[in-house]
Amino acid sequence: MSLVAQALRWTKAHLVLALGIVVLVYMFVPIAVVVLMSFNDPGKSKNVYRFHDFTLHNWAHPCGPAGMCHAVGISVGIGLLATLVATIIGTMAAFGLVRHEFRGRSFANTVIFLPMASPEIVMGSSLLALFVARGFGGRLGFWTIFIAHVMFCLSFVIVTVKARLSGLDDNLEQAAMDLYANERETFWRVTFPLVLPGILAAALLAFSLSFDDFIITNLNAGQTTTFPMFVWGAAQRGVPMQVNVIGTVMFLIAIVLVVGGEVNNRRQTRALAR
Amino acid sequence: MSQASEGSRSLHLSQVTKEFAAFRAVDSLDLDVPHGSFFALLGPSGCGKTTTLRMVAGLETPTSGTIRIGDTDITYAKPYQRPVNTVFQSYALFPHLDVHENVAFGLRRRKSKEVDRQVSEMLALVELESQARKKPAQLSGGQQQRVALARALINRPDVLLLDEPLGALDLKLRRSMQIELKRIQTEVGLTFVHVTHDQEEAMTMADTVAVMNAGVIEQMGAPAELYENPRTTFVANFLGQSNLIAGKVVGREGDFVKVDMHGIVVSVPFDRAHTDGGEGWVGIRPEKVLVAEVGEDIDAPGNHLEGGVVTDVSFVGVSTQYLVRMPWGQELQVFEQNTGRRRLFTHGEKVDISWRPEYAFLLDASQDAHAGIEEE
Repeated sequence: MSLVAQALRWTKAHLVLALGIVVLVYMFVPIAVVVLMSFNDPGKSKNVYRFHDFTLHNWAHPCGPAGMCHAVGISVGIGLLATLVATIIGTMAAFGLVRHEFRGRSFANTVIFLPMASPEIVMGSSLLALFVARGFGGRLGFWTIFIAHVMFCLSFVIVTVKARLSGLDDNLEQAAMDLYANERETFWRVTFPLVLPGILAAALLAFSLSFDDFIITNLNAGQTTTFPMFVWGAAQRGVPMQVNVIGTVMFLIAIVLVVGGEVNNRRQTRALAR
Repeated sequence: MSQASEGSRSLHLSQVTKEFAAFRAVDSLDLDVPHGSFFALLGPSGCGKTTTLRMVAGLETPTSGTIRIGDTDITYAKPYQRPVNTVFQSYALFPHLDVHENVAFGLRRRKSKEVDRQVSEMLALVELESQARKKPAQLSGGQQQRVALARALINRPDVLLLDEPLGALDLKLRRSMQIELKRIQTEVGLTFVHVTHDQEEAMTMADTVAVMNAGVIEQMGAPAELYENPRTTFVANFLGQSNLIAGKVVGREGDFVKVDMHGIVVSVPFDRAHTDGGEGWVGIRPEKVLVAEVGEDIDAPGNHLEGGVVTDVSFVGVSTQYLVRMPWGQELQVFEQNTGRRRLFTHGEKVDISWRPEYAFLLDASQDAHAGIEEE
């Protein structure tokens, strides 16, 4: 039997699995390229997009390209700050929208989706127009980017926390109150721990959105350069190899967070099974 | 424990009404539950039983009326301020806490001493010691139910509320949990108020059953008393099954009331006649009706009815259930134990039926003869 026939037979028997593998490959090829290119020594070649020679130089000198690490620092700073503020405000908003009956609640629930649905270029330019009209035109920078990021992260945080909160069984809080927990204890002992996974997921999402954003940021950044803006600028001339190092590091951090969470879950389960 | 303190921990509801928008869920309810009793609130869904329970727990506020435990008015007290705990229908176990911490929750909130020892003892009572470190999601339905019970019981509340606690379990497990619950209640001696729509469950477990319908209590008493001497058509039909036959009161003879049912005069004990007017429903439970061949002498003097025709025979093992069409067109239900001494009757056979007068009851004609049927 030929190899082709064997492969075909296997594919027929495992169609879903085969499709799954294809999709995974499709998703991970770009990341694999980034990881690979972080070890690339382009040598004298002008074409920085082709693997020329293996080197650890990029990893040893990640801040080699002028201004890149500064840009990374700004992006991380804005990301952390915007995530913190958007998560706090968004979580409170989600509680308000889920837990309280008030006039215009369904309207508010609809409006929440608008920033997610509207094109970034529209939000970015209208925000710029607002800043300029209010006289902030000359002071665009870290804080205007921060304001913009909190704005577009909010919707995502609210929607994520709301989903978790709506899935929460009301009876649990009633049971806590029935078992002598007052309102404050009920919140901190029952409600908050159960909503926390949703809040953490929302924070991760907010950070990755903020770190990644280019269009809105670019319009409201003034003289400040974030990491995506640095990459965009550098791409005109040829991206420095160290950009791949930063990309790989971000990817590794994400992997560690996800795998760490999973390992923690399994350890708990195993401890329980004993 | 002294008599006074026992009395001071009993539950009293007086004139309690709860309205939701235009709907009156509970209507001027009066209820006294003595300390240490196993009390069941029985009724179809929507009858107000769960609302009543939630008002006692403090999860709903009455529109009017008062709720007291002993002499303490708890009508408007917060749920965490009353000596009442609830076993929720969905159990409502805290998914992020293990079994031990679920059970310890109430003690920890009240800063109790020796929490671990008390939790271990309580888990032993419900036979779950080995599961203490598991999360609720890892337990079976029956085990979760027992955790919910332990979590409430450990606080030794004056009143323990159970909201359809066995509803989520399969039939076999439900039967064994009924016995278990009754055993635990006897062991701890607390007041249990149990809400259910399952009449068999209520009768099996409770000392006192209150049958609720449309926001009011139709009748209250010991299970046997409710079953044998129902006062309303709703109770007669909701608790087991009843034959209700229209009749006219024609007179009184000693302790018996004479009733004319479609030309046949039957006797009903005076203390079982719950009608003021001249008309009423003569009620008789299907298992109290005897069926016999035409002209045969039946062991039931007094109420003898002729001219029946068997229209349906269902053999169910322990008994045979007949439908017998009477001369006036009504089909009566007759259950006969399969003792083996009597032969089975067949479809279309002519029969006589009879019942002892002391088993019959008489209900008010103004009530709906179909109230309480198929309202599971």
